Amino acid sequence: MSNLWDDSLSGFWSAWIIVITLGTIAFSAWILFANRRTDKVPDAEGNVGTTGHAADGIEEYDNPLPRWWFMLFIGTIIFSLGYLALYPGLGNFRGILGWTQVGQWEDEVARAEERYMPIFAQYNEIEIPELARDAEAMRVAERIYQNNCAVCHGANAQGGYGFPNLTDGDWLYGGEPDDIVTTLVRGRNGLMPSWQQLGANNIENVTQYVLALSNLEHDEQRASQGQPIYAASCAACHGGEGLGNQALGAPNLTNDIWLYQAPGQSVADSVRQTLRNGRNGHMPAQAAYIGEERVHLVAAYVYSLNLDDEE
Amino acid sequence: MKHEIVEKNVGLLSVLILVVISFGGLAEVVPLFFQEETTEPVEGLEPLSALELEGRDIYIREGCVGCHSQMIRPFRAETERYGHYSVAGEFIYEHNFLWGSKRTGPDLARVGGRYSDDWHRAHMYNPRDVVPESIMPAYPWLFERTLDGESTPRKMRVLRSMGVPYTDEDIENATAEVRGQQEITALVAYLQQLGTVLEGTR
Repeated sequence: MSNLWDDSLSGFWSAWIIVITLGTIAFSAWILFANRRTDKVPDAEGNVGTTGHAADGIEEYDNPLPRWWFMLFIGTIIFSLGYLALYPGLGNFRGILGWTQVGQWEDEVARAEERYMPIFAQYNEIEIPELARDAEAMRVAERIYQNNCAVCHGANAQGGYGFPNLTDGDWLYGGEPDDIVTTLVRGRNGLMPSWQQLGANNIENVTQYVLALSNLEHDEQRASQGQPIYAASCAACHGGEGLGNQALGAPNLTNDIWLYQAPGQSVADSVRQTLRNGRNGHMPAQAAYIGEERVHLVAAYVYSLNLDDEE
Repeated sequence: MKHEIVEKNVGLLSVLILVVISFGGLAEVVPLFFQEETTEPVEGLEPLSALELEGRDIYIREGCVGCHSQMIRPFRAETERYGHYSVAGEFIYEHNFLWGSKRTGPDLARVGGRYSDDWHRAHMYNPRDVVPESIMPAYPWLFERTLDGESTPRKMRVLRSMGVPYTDEDIENATAEVRGQQEITALVAYLQQLGTVLEGTR
């Protein structure tokens, strides 16, 4: 990372910066001293000199700069020279302290890792089913979930239109600890092709059959016509009995859980739409975002979401 | 000292003021024009595709930059949340910069790939559908309007004149790539490439 910040000013530009910077400071100091008057010197009659400016008879005393103001100016000059000696500012000169912006960031990260990594390392020693019952670990995990996962899966993990519910015990890719870890590390791509080519009539028949699989209200005759089409076209992924296939991420069609049922949409309409247009679900890999060392903990959190139901 | 000469010649005074205030820029800005770190693209940086370029113009038109910055500063609090801090070499092909200066919403410098295309579409249609507490406005018209791509080649030629390495082929195919696409598709394509050139997002 740090090589992106390596300075590569040529000698000319380095000198350019140094000359302008120090020259400006020196010029300011010269102006300050060249114009300085130290004392009011009254003449024999006790009158103080004027600048010679006069407007409508109003004259301007030629007084010295107030001492506090003068000292403040000197102070800023000394400060600037001290700063330029300690910190980078003069071309390629790094400053005595060797401070860099990236160095400061790296220190900050290193301090945080020293503090937090042992906690995650400790959690990573514990098996996921056990870790999922550790209330304190789950409080930590929930924060990570809320920051990274809730955007799609919702603050209460109940998903939404196109985003799986993580609390219902229904898993597209499996709910075992290893499955969840794999999902987090690699992400998932669910693809259901469009079945437009079946024609509107057959799509309706298959729709009725799919409704029947979940014991929903359906048209018996159409469902029976849809059955052979299902067996020929859909069973390869969703299984002969519609139980789905977690290796492919093909959903179970028998449990009345519908990932793509839009708010206010009937199940039948949702299934028709899926058959006509296909679906393409995508979960980006999360390890890089939440951090490799936190994957185990977040997987335990997702696992824990389904524990309450069992107990 | 003869203040009077300067004080009584407004022209001379203006010139001298310009000289004085230019010192800062001469020392702080001018050398950057000649420094590799700020003039060379980071490895793997590609110019935006025609569709992404149109998406960028929609991003500008809808004023996204008013609420979203594209600049991750090198602080742990930012790199933890957004990913690798931004570096100058990522912005070499940016005309104009969209760094922004206000974060009513989150920084977007590395939003590319973070969410699915579907999420972005749902979010842009109505942010409350996916993030209930969101205060972002909805942009439903992006789903109704399509691009014709008429002006895309011209935009690319202008960018090329400013040093963006578009090939003749890129420019020739630009209209075909863009024509008929929904505006939302272009915007999502733009968002999904943001910040993806640097690996190691944390």
